[in-house]
Amino acid sequence: MTIAGGGGPSNLPASVSRGQSTNLGDILERVLDKGLVIAGDIQVNLLDIELLTIKIRLVVASLETAREVGIDWWEHDPWLSGKSGNELERENRRLTQRIAELESGRAVPSIDAERPIEVEGRSNGHE
Amino acid sequence: MTAQDGVWLYGIAFADIDDDQFVGVRGVAAEQVRVVRSSDLAAVVGTVNLTEFGQESLRRNMENLDWLGAVARAHDAVIGAVRRRAPIIPLRLATLYLDDDRVRRLLDERRDDFETALREVSGRSEWGVKAYGDPKAMTQPVAAQRPENDATGKGKAYLLRRRAELTARQNVERTAMEHADAIHAALLRFAVDGRRKQATDPVLYGKRAWMIFNGTYLVDDARSDEFASLVTQLDGDHPGITLELTGPWPAYSFTEPRQAST
Repeated sequence: MTIAGGGGPSNLPASVSRGQSTNLGDILERVLDKGLVIAGDIQVNLLDIELLTIKIRLVVASLETAREVGIDWWEHDPWLSGKSGNELERENRRLTQRIAELESGRAVPSIDAERPIEVEGRSNGHE
Repeated sequence: MTAQDGVWLYGIAFADIDDDQFVGVRGVAAEQVRVVRSSDLAAVVGTVNLTEFGQESLRRNMENLDWLGAVARAHDAVIGAVRRRAPIIPLRLATLYLDDDRVRRLLDERRDDFETALREVSGRSEWGVKAYGDPKAMTQPVAAQRPENDATGKGKAYLLRRRAELTARQNVERTAMEHADAIHAALLRFAVDGRRKQATDPVLYGKRAWMIFNGTYLVDDARSDEFASLVTQLDGDHPGITLELTGPWPAYSFTEPRQAST
Protein backbone atom coordinates (compact mmCIF):
# COMPACT_ATOMS: atom_id res chain seq x y z
CA MET A 1 0.00 0.00 0.00
CA THR A 2 1.22 3.48 -0.74
CA ILE A 3 0.08 6.59 1.01
CA ALA A 4 0.20 10.05 -0.45
CA GLY A 5 -0.81 13.29 1.17
CA GLY A 6 -3.56 15.34 -0.41
CA GLY A 7 -2.09 18.60 0.74
CA GLY A 8 -0.21 19.69 3.77
CA PRO A 9 0.95 17.86 6.84
CA SER A 10 -0.56 14.47 7.38
CA ASN A 11 -1.86 13.23 10.66
CA LEU A 12 -0.99 9.66 9.79
CA PRO A 13 0.96 7.57 12.25
CA ALA A 14 4.70 7.61 11.68
CA SER A 15 4.72 3.89 10.92
CA VAL A 16 2.85 4.45 7.66
CA SER A 17 5.09 5.50 4.81
CA ARG A 18 4.16 8.51 2.75
CA GLY A 19 4.62 8.68 -0.99
CA GLN A 20 4.26 11.66 -3.30
CA SER A 21 2.86 14.63 -1.46
CA THR A 22 0.53 15.70 -4.24
CA ASN A 23 -0.38 14.00 -7.46
CA LEU A 24 -1.50 16.32 -10.27
CA GLY A 25 -3.93 13.74 -11.58
CA ASP A 26 -5.58 13.43 -8.17
CA ILE A 27 -5.82 17.21 -7.83
CA LEU A 28 -7.24 17.75 -11.32
CA GLU A 29 -9.73 14.96 -10.81
CA ARG A 30 -11.08 16.85 -7.83
CA VAL A 31 -10.85 20.54 -8.75
CA LEU A 32 -12.21 19.99 -12.28
CA ASP A 33 -14.68 17.22 -11.68
CA LYS A 34 -15.72 17.75 -8.06
CA GLY A 35 -16.06 20.80 -5.87
CA LEU A 36 -19.29 22.77 -5.60
CA VAL A 37 -20.44 24.21 -8.92
CA ILE A 38 -21.61 27.80 -8.77
CA ALA A 39 -22.57 29.73 -11.89
CA GLY A 40 -20.40 32.80 -11.52
CA ASP A 41 -20.25 35.92 -13.67
CA ILE A 42 -17.52 34.51 -15.88
CA GLN A 43 -18.01 31.09 -17.33
CA VAL A 44 -15.83 28.91 -19.43
CA ASN A 45 -17.60 26.59 -21.79
CA LEU A 46 -18.46 23.63 -19.60
CA LEU A 47 -18.28 21.26 -22.55
CA ASP A 48 -14.65 22.24 -23.07
CA ILE A 49 -13.86 21.51 -19.45
CA GLU A 50 -15.64 18.20 -19.52
CA LEU A 51 -13.69 17.12 -22.58
CA LEU A 52 -10.52 18.16 -20.85
CA THR A 53 -11.52 16.27 -17.73
CA ILE A 54 -12.06 13.11 -19.71
CA LYS A 55 -8.64 13.42 -21.31
CA ILE A 56 -7.08 13.92 -17.91
CA ARG A 57 -8.99 11.07 -16.40
CA LEU A 58 -7.72 8.84 -19.15
CA VAL A 59 -4.14 9.95 -19.25
CA VAL A 60 -2.87 11.83 -16.24
CA ALA A 61 -4.15 9.37 -13.71
CA SER A 62 -0.97 9.26 -11.73
CA LEU A 63 2.05 11.47 -11.45
CA GLU A 64 4.14 8.53 -12.49
CA THR A 65 2.16 8.15 -15.67
CA ALA A 66 2.37 11.89 -16.26
CA ARG A 67 6.14 11.74 -15.91
CA GLU A 68 6.39 8.77 -18.22
CA VAL A 69 4.40 10.41 -20.97
CA GLY A 70 5.91 13.84 -20.42
CA ILE A 71 4.26 17.09 -21.29
CA ASP A 72 3.31 16.02 -24.82
CA TRP A 73 1.22 13.29 -23.27
CA TRP A 74 -1.43 13.26 -25.97
CA GLU A 75 1.17 12.40 -28.63
CA HIS A 76 2.40 9.34 -26.76
CA ASP A 77 -1.02 8.04 -26.08
CA PRO A 78 -2.18 5.51 -28.70
CA TRP A 79 -5.82 6.11 -27.92
CA LEU A 80 -5.63 9.85 -28.46
CA SER A 81 -2.99 9.93 -31.17
CA GLY A 82 -4.97 7.38 -33.16
CA LYS A 83 -2.21 4.84 -33.61
CA SER A 84 -4.69 2.01 -33.47
CA GLY A 85 -6.58 3.88 -36.21
CA ASN A 86 -3.49 3.66 -38.39
CA GLU A 87 -3.42 -0.08 -37.93
CA LEU A 88 -7.05 -0.29 -38.99
CA GLU A 89 -6.20 1.87 -41.99
CA ARG A 90 -3.41 -0.46 -43.01
CA GLU A 91 -5.69 -3.45 -42.56
CA ASN A 92 -8.33 -1.68 -44.63
CA ARG A 93 -5.85 -0.97 -47.43
CA ARG A 94 -4.67 -4.56 -47.40
CA LEU A 95 -8.21 -5.91 -47.66
CA THR A 96 -9.19 -3.43 -50.35
CA GLN A 97 -6.18 -4.51 -52.34
CA ARG A 98 -7.07 -8.16 -51.86
CA ILE A 99 -10.65 -7.60 -53.07
CA ALA A 100 -9.33 -5.79 -56.10
CA GLU A 101 -7.03 -8.72 -56.82
CA LEU A 102 -9.85 -11.24 -56.45
CA GLU A 103 -12.22 -9.23 -58.62
CA SER A 104 -9.63 -8.84 -61.34
CA GLY A 105 -9.72 -12.65 -61.63
CA ARG A 106 -5.97 -12.97 -61.36
CA ALA A 107 -4.56 -16.01 -59.65
CA VAL A 108 -3.62 -14.95 -56.20
CA PRO A 109 -2.03 -16.97 -53.43
CA SER A 110 -4.67 -18.26 -51.03
CA ILE A 111 -4.72 -17.17 -47.45
CA ASP A 112 -2.52 -19.37 -45.35
CA ALA A 113 -4.91 -21.78 -43.67
CA GLU A 114 -2.57 -22.21 -40.77
CA ARG A 115 -2.53 -18.54 -40.04
CA PRO A 116 -4.76 -17.78 -37.08
CA ILE A 117 -7.50 -15.29 -37.61
CA GLU A 118 -7.38 -12.57 -35.01
CA VAL A 119 -10.72 -12.60 -33.26
CA GLU A 120 -9.94 -9.51 -31.28
CA GLY A 121 -7.62 -7.04 -32.93
CA ARG A 122 -7.27 -4.69 -30.02
CA SER A 123 -5.04 -5.88 -27.25
CA ASN A 124 -5.70 -4.97 -23.69
CA GLY A 125 -2.87 -2.97 -22.23
CA HIS A 126 -2.63 -4.99 -19.07
CA GLU A 127 -1.81 -8.21 -20.73
CA MET B 1 -10.11 46.58 -8.11
CA THR B 2 -10.39 47.85 -11.65
CA ALA B 3 -12.64 46.96 -14.58
CA GLN B 4 -9.90 44.55 -15.61
CA ASP B 5 -10.15 42.67 -12.32
CA GLY B 6 -12.28 39.71 -11.34
CA VAL B 7 -12.81 37.77 -8.10
CA TRP B 8 -11.67 34.14 -8.03
CA LEU B 9 -13.51 32.01 -5.45
CA TYR B 10 -11.72 29.20 -3.63
CA GLY B 11 -14.28 28.13 -1.10
CA ILE B 12 -17.02 29.04 1.37
CA ALA B 13 -16.38 29.05 5.12
CA PHE B 14 -17.99 30.38 8.28
CA ALA B 15 -17.39 34.09 8.93
CA ASP B 16 -15.39 33.43 12.11
CA ILE B 17 -12.49 32.25 9.92
CA ASP B 18 -9.22 33.79 11.06
CA ASP B 19 -7.95 36.53 8.69
CA ASP B 20 -4.39 36.21 9.97
CA GLN B 21 -3.99 32.77 8.43
CA PHE B 22 -4.08 34.35 4.96
CA VAL B 23 -1.13 36.67 5.48
CA GLY B 24 1.36 35.72 2.78
CA VAL B 25 -0.90 33.05 1.27
CA ARG B 26 -0.83 33.40 -2.53
CA GLY B 27 -3.49 32.20 -4.90
CA VAL B 28 -3.85 31.16 -8.53
CA ALA B 29 -2.52 34.50 -9.83
CA ALA B 30 0.05 34.78 -7.02
CA GLU B 31 -2.38 37.32 -5.53
CA GLN B 32 -2.88 37.85 -1.79
CA VAL B 33 -5.76 35.62 -0.70
CA ARG B 34 -8.48 37.47 1.25
CA VAL B 35 -11.96 36.99 2.70
CA VAL B 36 -15.33 38.49 1.71
CA ARG B 37 -17.93 38.24 4.51
CA SER B 38 -21.68 38.52 4.72
CA SER B 39 -23.45 37.74 7.99
CA ASP B 40 -22.17 34.37 9.26
CA LEU B 41 -20.57 33.23 6.00
CA ALA B 42 -17.28 34.03 4.29
CA ALA B 43 -15.94 33.48 0.81
CA VAL B 44 -12.21 32.86 0.46
CA VAL B 45 -11.24 34.82 -2.66
CA GLY B 46 -8.46 36.48 -4.60
CA THR B 47 -8.41 39.37 -7.07
CA VAL B 48 -7.25 38.20 -10.51
CA ASN B 49 -6.68 40.01 -13.78
CA LEU B 50 -9.24 39.23 -16.44
CA THR B 51 -6.71 39.43 -19.24
CA GLU B 52 -5.52 36.07 -17.91
CA PHE B 53 -8.67 34.83 -16.18
CA GLY B 54 -11.40 36.27 -18.41
CA GLN B 55 -13.75 34.04 -20.35
CA GLU B 56 -11.78 33.76 -23.58
CA SER B 57 -8.32 33.52 -22.03
CA LEU B 58 -9.55 30.99 -19.45
CA ARG B 59 -10.82 28.69 -22.16
CA ARG B 60 -7.49 28.92 -23.93
CA ASN B 61 -5.37 28.58 -20.79
CA MET B 62 -7.26 25.56 -19.50
CA GLU B 63 -6.13 23.57 -22.52
CA ASN B 64 -2.53 24.27 -21.50
CA LEU B 65 -1.57 21.55 -19.06
CA ASP B 66 1.29 23.60 -17.58
CA TRP B 67 -0.99 26.53 -16.81
CA LEU B 68 -3.82 24.30 -15.65
CA GLY B 69 -1.53 22.26 -13.43
CA ALA B 70 -0.11 25.33 -11.69
CA VAL B 71 -3.56 26.91 -11.21
CA ALA B 72 -5.06 23.63 -9.98
CA ARG B 73 -2.27 23.20 -7.42
CA ALA B 74 -2.64 26.78 -6.21
CA HIS B 75 -6.42 26.47 -5.96
CA ASP B 76 -6.11 23.23 -3.99
CA ALA B 77 -3.33 24.63 -1.78
CA VAL B 78 -5.47 27.61 -0.64
CA ILE B 79 -8.47 25.40 0.14
CA GLY B 80 -6.21 22.84 1.82
CA ALA B 81 -4.65 25.52 4.03
CA VAL B 82 -8.11 26.57 5.27
CA ARG B 83 -9.23 22.96 5.76
CA ARG B 84 -6.54 22.41 8.39
CA ARG B 85 -8.10 25.11 10.57
CA ALA B 86 -11.76 25.41 9.72
CA PRO B 87 -14.50 23.74 7.67
CA ILE B 88 -14.58 24.85 4.04
CA ILE B 89 -16.72 24.01 1.02
CA PRO B 90 -14.32 23.71 -1.92
CA LEU B 91 -15.55 25.33 -5.13
CA ARG B 92 -14.84 23.96 -8.57
CA LEU B 93 -11.91 25.48 -10.40
CA ALA B 94 -12.67 28.73 -12.26
CA THR B 95 -15.58 30.14 -10.25
CA LEU B 96 -15.34 33.88 -10.93
CA TYR B 97 -17.36 36.98 -10.06
CA LEU B 98 -16.94 40.52 -11.28
CA ASP B 99 -16.76 42.16 -7.84
CA ASP B 100 -17.10 41.57 -4.08
CA ASP B 101 -20.73 42.74 -4.01
CA ARG B 102 -21.69 39.92 -6.34
CA VAL B 103 -19.91 37.48 -4.00
CA ARG B 104 -21.81 38.82 -0.97
CA ARG B 105 -25.06 38.44 -2.89
CA LEU B 106 -24.16 34.78 -3.56
CA LEU B 107 -23.53 34.19 0.16
CA ASP B 108 -26.91 35.73 1.02
CA GLU B 109 -28.88 33.93 -1.64
CA ARG B 110 -27.57 30.45 -0.84
CA ARG B 111 -27.05 30.84 2.89
CA ASP B 112 -29.06 27.77 3.89
CA ASP B 113 -27.31 25.48 1.38
CA PHE B 114 -23.88 26.66 2.42
CA GLU B 115 -24.59 26.35 6.15
CA THR B 116 -25.87 22.79 5.69
CA ALA B 117 -22.87 21.79 3.58
CA LEU B 118 -20.43 23.38 6.05
CA ARG B 119 -21.94 21.51 8.98
CA GLU B 120 -21.67 18.28 6.96
CA VAL B 121 -17.92 18.68 6.39
CA SER B 122 -17.05 20.11 9.83
CA GLY B 123 -14.34 18.00 11.49
CA ARG B 124 -14.16 15.72 8.47
CA SER B 125 -11.85 15.24 5.51
CA GLU B 126 -11.93 13.40 2.24
CA TRP B 127 -9.66 10.39 1.62
CA GLY B 128 -9.09 8.81 -1.76
CA VAL B 129 -8.63 5.06 -2.14
CA LYS B 130 -7.57 3.51 -5.43
CA ALA B 131 -7.12 -0.17 -6.08
CA TYR B 132 -4.71 -1.56 -8.64
CA GLY B 133 -5.00 -5.14 -9.79
CA ASP B 134 -2.22 -7.41 -10.94
CA PRO B 135 -3.95 -9.44 -13.68
CA LYS B 136 -1.13 -12.00 -13.64
CA ALA B 137 -1.56 -12.68 -9.96
CA MET B 138 -5.30 -13.07 -10.42
CA THR B 139 -5.05 -15.12 -13.65
CA GLN B 140 -2.75 -17.89 -12.49
CA PRO B 141 -5.31 -20.25 -10.98
CA VAL B 142 -7.45 -19.92 -14.10
CA ALA B 143 -4.61 -20.27 -16.59
CA ALA B 144 -3.56 -23.54 -14.98
CA GLN B 145 -6.89 -25.07 -16.05
CA ARG B 146 -6.07 -24.49 -19.72
CA PRO B 147 -6.81 -27.58 -21.84
CA GLU B 148 -3.81 -29.52 -23.15
CA ASN B 149 -2.97 -29.31 -26.80
CA ASP B 150 -4.39 -32.67 -27.95
CA ALA B 151 -2.76 -32.51 -31.36
CA THR B 152 -6.04 -31.96 -33.22
CA GLY B 153 -4.36 -29.33 -35.36
CA LYS B 154 -2.88 -25.95 -34.84
CA GLY B 155 -6.09 -24.14 -35.83
CA LYS B 156 -8.22 -25.88 -33.26
CA ALA B 157 -5.52 -25.59 -30.61
CA TYR B 158 -5.37 -21.90 -31.30
CA LEU B 159 -9.13 -21.50 -30.97
CA LEU B 160 -9.16 -23.50 -27.75
CA ARG B 161 -6.33 -21.45 -26.34
CA ARG B 162 -8.00 -18.27 -27.47
CA ARG B 163 -11.25 -19.27 -25.81
CA ALA B 164 -9.44 -20.21 -22.61
CA GLU B 165 -7.71 -16.84 -22.62
CA LEU B 166 -10.96 -14.97 -23.12
CA THR B 167 -12.59 -16.94 -20.34
CA ALA B 168 -9.60 -16.30 -18.11
CA ARG B 169 -9.78 -12.59 -18.80
CA GLN B 170 -13.50 -12.49 -18.06
CA ASN B 171 -12.85 -14.36 -14.82
CA VAL B 172 -10.11 -11.94 -13.84
CA GLU B 173 -12.35 -8.96 -14.56
CA ARG B 174 -15.18 -10.49 -12.58
CA THR B 175 -12.84 -11.30 -9.68
CA ALA B 176 -11.50 -7.76 -9.76
CA MET B 177 -15.02 -6.30 -9.64
CA GLU B 178 -15.89 -8.55 -6.70
CA HIS B 179 -12.80 -7.35 -4.84
CA ALA B 180 -13.66 -3.74 -5.68
CA ASP B 181 -17.23 -4.15 -4.40
CA ALA B 182 -16.01 -5.75 -1.17
CA ILE B 183 -13.42 -3.03 -0.58
CA HIS B 184 -15.93 -0.24 -1.21
CA ALA B 185 -18.48 -1.84 1.10
CA ALA B 186 -15.93 -2.19 3.90
CA LEU B 187 -14.76 1.42 3.57
CA LEU B 188 -18.32 2.70 3.34
CA ARG B 189 -19.23 0.99 6.61
CA PHE B 190 -16.49 2.97 8.31
CA ALA B 191 -16.78 6.32 6.54
CA VAL B 192 -19.46 8.99 6.95
CA ASP B 193 -20.07 8.89 3.21
CA GLY B 194 -18.35 7.52 0.12
CA ARG B 195 -18.45 7.63 -3.65
CA ARG B 196 -17.07 5.46 -6.39
CA LYS B 197 -15.56 7.40 -9.22
CA GLN B 198 -14.66 6.45 -12.74
CA ALA B 199 -11.64 4.19 -12.84
CA THR B 200 -9.04 5.04 -15.41
CA ASP B 201 -9.03 3.06 -18.64
CA PRO B 202 -6.62 0.11 -18.13
CA VAL B 203 -5.35 0.35 -21.71
CA LEU B 204 -3.91 3.75 -20.98
CA TYR B 205 -2.42 2.70 -17.71
CA GLY B 206 0.17 0.50 -19.27
CA LYS B 207 1.00 -3.02 -18.27
CA ARG B 208 1.85 -2.42 -14.65
CA ALA B 209 -1.02 -0.50 -13.17
CA TRP B 210 -4.53 -1.65 -13.87
CA MET B 211 -6.91 0.50 -11.84
CA ILE B 212 -9.90 -1.54 -10.83
CA PHE B 213 -11.40 0.83 -8.33
CA ASN B 214 -11.38 4.55 -7.57
CA GLY B 215 -13.25 5.57 -4.45
CA THR B 216 -13.33 8.60 -2.20
CA TYR B 217 -14.61 8.83 1.38
CA LEU B 218 -15.63 11.42 3.92
CA VAL B 219 -14.06 10.47 7.24
CA ASP B 220 -14.18 12.01 10.72
CA ASP B 221 -10.77 13.58 11.39
CA ALA B 222 -10.70 11.90 14.80
CA ARG B 223 -10.84 8.51 13.05
CA SER B 224 -8.45 9.11 10.16
CA ASP B 225 -5.77 6.84 11.68
CA GLU B 226 -8.28 4.03 11.99
CA PHE B 227 -9.32 4.58 8.39
CA ALA B 228 -5.69 4.29 7.24
CA SER B 229 -5.36 1.09 9.27
CA LEU B 230 -8.48 -0.30 7.63
CA VAL B 231 -7.02 0.41 4.18
CA THR B 232 -3.81 -1.37 5.18
CA GLN B 233 -5.83 -4.32 6.40
CA LEU B 234 -7.92 -4.49 3.19
CA ASP B 235 -4.71 -4.28 1.18
CA GLY B 236 -3.53 -7.45 2.92
CA ASP B 237 -6.92 -9.19 2.69
CA HIS B 238 -7.12 -8.99 -1.10
CA PRO B 239 -4.32 -10.83 -2.89
CA GLY B 240 -3.30 -9.46 -6.27
CA ILE B 241 -4.68 -6.05 -5.36
CA THR B 242 -2.72 -3.04 -4.16
CA LEU B 243 -4.48 -0.16 -2.45
CA GLU B 244 -3.35 3.44 -2.57
CA LEU B 245 -4.55 5.98 -0.04
CA THR B 246 -4.42 9.75 -0.61
CA GLY B 247 -5.42 12.48 1.77
CA PRO B 248 -6.50 14.27 3.75
CA TRP B 249 -8.27 16.29 1.07
CA PRO B 250 -10.79 19.08 1.45
CA ALA B 251 -14.26 17.59 0.93
CA TYR B 252 -14.35 18.15 -2.84
CA SER B 253 -16.58 15.17 -3.50
CA PHE B 254 -19.05 15.83 -0.68
CA THR B 255 -20.35 19.30 -1.34
CA GLU B 256 -23.76 18.18 -2.59
CA PRO B 257 -26.58 16.79 -0.44
CA ARG B 258 -25.97 13.13 0.37
CA GLN B 259 -28.87 11.69 -1.62
CA ALA B 260 -27.48 13.28 -4.79
CA SER B 261 -24.46 11.00 -4.71
CA THR B 262 -22.84 10.20 -8.01
